[in-house]
Amino acid sequence: MDPHTQQTVIDAVDKHGRENLIVVLGTPSPEAAAIAAETVTTGDPTYAGPLAETRLGLIVYHILEEPIRAALDPAIYDQQVGLMAETLDAPAIAAAVAEARAAISGQGR
Amino acid sequence: MFAGKKVIVIGERDGVASPAIAACVEAAGGEVVLMATECFV
Repeated sequence: MDPHTQQTVIDAVDKHGRENLIVVLGTPSPEAAAIAAETVTTGDPTYAGPLAETRLGLIVYHILEEPIRAALDPAIYDQQVGLMAETLDAPAIAAAVAEARAAISGQGR
Repeated sequence: MFAGKKVIVIGERDGVASPAIAACVEAAGGEVVLMATECFV
């Protein structure tokens, strides 16, 4: 994740509190999803930005995950995301993000 | 899930861009407080 984006995430957490925030990703691959999800949970695994070794513990989902899809308006989802939902590897992406969530579960976020 | 929640949207140009995610989230009652679109090169 871009270092500037990492800093804006930190600023948002400082302003709104991590308990009140949900992160939704739109990354195109399981690998990118894993890195982005890890960055906002246990810290930037690439050590490239300010979230290196910073455990924000944010709740993170990908827009292609089924629980997210189910919570959204189907017509708007199809219009905005539908094409990519058909092309990207949603199950693998979902598994990668779920792994990052599991890493923070039971740790008091 | 999103009603009354504050949401950080991190889209990606080669995946799902942040404006598309934000449109979905806002329609479901979420408040987008940060929107960023990454461009992996």
